[in-house]
Amino acid sequence: MQIDLLPRERSTGLQNLTILIGSLLAGLLAVSVVFALNGVNPALAIFSIFRGSFGSWYGIKETITKAIPLILIGSGLALAYKAKFWNIGAESQLLVGAIFATWVGLHWGPHLPAPVIVPLMFLAAFLGGALWGVIPAYLKVRFGINEIISTLMLNYIAAEFVKFLVVGPWKGASKGGYPYTDDLPAQAILSHFSYSRISPVLLVLAIIAALVLGWIVYRSRFGYEIRVIGENTHAARYSGINFFRTSLLIMVVSGGMAGLTGAGELMSIHHYLSYPETISAGYGFTAIIVAWLARLNPAFTIVSGLFFAGIIVGGDAIQISMGMPAATVSVFNGMILVFLIMGDFFISHKLRIRTGRASHA
Amino acid sequence: MMKSVPLEKTLRRTQHLEMRGISKSFLDVKANQDINLSIKSGEILGLLGENGAGKTTLMNILYGLYHPDEGEILINGSPVQLRSPKDSMRAGIGMIHQHFMLVQKHSVLENIALGYDDAPFFFPHRHLRSKILELSAQYGLEVDPDKPIWELSAGEQQRVEIVKALSRNADVLIMDEPTSVLTPQEAEELFGILKTMCADGHSVILISHKLDEIMELCNRVMVLRKGQLTGEAAIEDVDKGKLAEMMIGRQIANAYPKAHCQPGEAILEIQDLDVDSDRGLPAVRHLSLKVRKNEILGIAGVSGNGQQELVETITGLRKGLSGKVLMKGKPLNHADARRAHALGITHVPEERIKYGIVPNLLLYENSVLKRHRDTPFSSWIKMNYGVIKDHAGHLVDGFQVDAPSINVKVKNLSGGNIQKLILGREISAGPDLLIAAHPTYGLDVGATEYVRKQIIELRDQGGAVLLVSEDLDELFMVCDRIAVMFEGRFMGEVIPQDCSIEEIGLMMAGSTPTEVLTHAD
Repeated sequence: MQIDLLPRERSTGLQNLTILIGSLLAGLLAVSVVFALNGVNPALAIFSIFRGSFGSWYGIKETITKAIPLILIGSGLALAYKAKFWNIGAESQLLVGAIFATWVGLHWGPHLPAPVIVPLMFLAAFLGGALWGVIPAYLKVRFGINEIISTLMLNYIAAEFVKFLVVGPWKGASKGGYPYTDDLPAQAILSHFSYSRISPVLLVLAIIAALVLGWIVYRSRFGYEIRVIGENTHAARYSGINFFRTSLLIMVVSGGMAGLTGAGELMSIHHYLSYPETISAGYGFTAIIVAWLARLNPAFTIVSGLFFAGIIVGGDAIQISMGMPAATVSVFNGMILVFLIMGDFFISHKLRIRTGRASHA
Repeated sequence: MMKSVPLEKTLRRTQHLEMRGISKSFLDVKANQDINLSIKSGEILGLLGENGAGKTTLMNILYGLYHPDEGEILINGSPVQLRSPKDSMRAGIGMIHQHFMLVQKHSVLENIALGYDDAPFFFPHRHLRSKILELSAQYGLEVDPDKPIWELSAGEQQRVEIVKALSRNADVLIMDEPTSVLTPQEAEELFGILKTMCADGHSVILISHKLDEIMELCNRVMVLRKGQLTGEAAIEDVDKGKLAEMMIGRQIANAYPKAHCQPGEAILEIQDLDVDSDRGLPAVRHLSLKVRKNEILGIAGVSGNGQQELVETITGLRKGLSGKVLMKGKPLNHADARRAHALGITHVPEERIKYGIVPNLLLYENSVLKRHRDTPFSSWIKMNYGVIKDHAGHLVDGFQVDAPSINVKVKNLSGGNIQKLILGREISAGPDLLIAAHPTYGLDVGATEYVRKQIIELRDQGGAVLLVSEDLDELFMVCDRIAVMFEGRFMGEVIPQDCSIEEIGLMMAGSTPTEVLTHAD
């Protein structure tokens, strides 16, 4: 028997969908092995995860709450990845956004009405995330520094800076020594649907953002240039696309979306700035998988964001009910990402299995 | 020297290498047809031909990268099977590619040790140091074994490649355009080295475009043209003019019918232009030209004489050092493809898949590449995909692009159809000046004819065209004037109707028209 690897010349939508579902199933199978090795019935565990997230009103509401940041960040990442700009610094772009929003909220919040201060904080957060995102973009186009390394390293800098702020100069007088800033003023707090932690403002924002970014990638001139750069930089140069400006703009949008998320989490959930792990809970990394599962179409992050939010919520649930370790969710997500990326390989390649003696010299 | 070599190796040495009746096809393109080649110990054989003539295919067969469809290879009279470069190396054949295959950050020693069979697993390079020094001394190949590759000049890197081949006991050395990256001094040094090696019983197959080199270095020369062996001679029996003739072929093709129109005002004017290549060597030198309305100016010449840099400068992909490029009187000073496009220049690029299209985008998306910022294809920030799809439909119909629909990825089209699409896109923009670089290279007969006719049509309707090609037939069929480029300069200009192949051939080899005339007397 001989297995040949051939390039796949064309792939239909149905094939793509089959491969996507196939990779998800293969990922779940691999996760099952991990569960089984831990002495847990895999079928029961996976069932419990999805029952935890989608099986009750409480679960669904929590899933939506966690899907919002994933959609906001994921749609921005999808846009950057479409240009093959591998931004893995969304985690810190979120934090810098949160820092900017906190400053604006604490300094101007008390003097301004809600309809002014809320948009102002979102704007500040967008700018903060954009600024943090433009740094690696500039380093890449100007000095050729690999953006994967620079965005990753900037994560640590931002996280340490947040810690410095909350234990140092920004430590709240009202917090009795805890490393938190003071609470944001009431005008700057986003209200929730009753008996949930879902902010209607954020929910609408996330859905609109995903759809608008989807429109940008597939319908706008900027999106056209993004896709040309992503697929063929030589052709981009040939066609006079301004590589410098477009790359910076891509990271303004991608970083800005993550920054916006930081403000949203702050104003809806936390109400004050605290340790980076609390503010973000790894959304910046999970959103990478969200973007990938959405096949880099920002609009599809609405679906993939819900899926991974479900895994986070369900993972929390089985942690308690089945005594699984806290890393379960990370293992789960990592496995799924690896299989999704492997699945991509089968979209561009096909295997041909031939039986019998190989007979070519 | 021979006495220092162990007996076993003396016996193994390649005295005589022969390729018999070699044929090789790729799909329906015959890259090599029934080619015979033989080389004896101590000989330098020149292999001459245009790009695409089949030289590289033939050498890749000898180096074990391709398998011939027909024919056999004999070493010292007995047939051998060369299935991979490793087989070829064992048979005493070494190849030095035009682009060096060296790890930039590693030292000379480490590079030579890489993949060296007889070296021990641990610290393989220790074993080799003495061998390198020995070879260096023997052939004048001065290399410092401990220097990292990136610190070396192109000439030194080439020496490393030669030492690498020799350390693997290569008796026959294939060199693919070895001087294309060298300065003239480095080239002279290389020739010295090669002559020493041959005096010691090695043999060299030299692929080159440069007639001077062939004349200076080789004992014999073989000329390939369109996959066939068209000439073979001892070097004493030929001169440069004769070589050029062998390369080009005997007949001048008849021109395509063209409308009779007087060239109008100058569209593109270049004055005293100097451009450097990527390696920082001068590529275009003090070049001036004019292309007028209703006119096709052809640029002939062996590739690598500055044509690519010239085209890139005009199309805004490269910045000139000095001199002026004026498009309709307006200067084009910066490397700015957008501005070149805005001034009415369109471009059918030389490497069409690399530059001309985005293979993974759909046909209709590719149909507006570079025009995607122009009305009506986009307005403010929105792409008007409705208009773009109509446009793509017109291109497909109007330029005979054979595609299942406009919704397929361009990578699924054949080379000819991709080129028709690019040509259609660039012509339908209504350019004042079309720059076409090797527009029919690698296309089948039908597509070739179609592309040429479209270029003439554009000229008849008032466009100016600058056509860069290595295919003299094409230039004679299509152009109104032909300038011959050599080492970054124009050697002279001819009118296709009244000029001889000899004249062009000599100019391609670097003689100016006055020399050509005295030669003709």
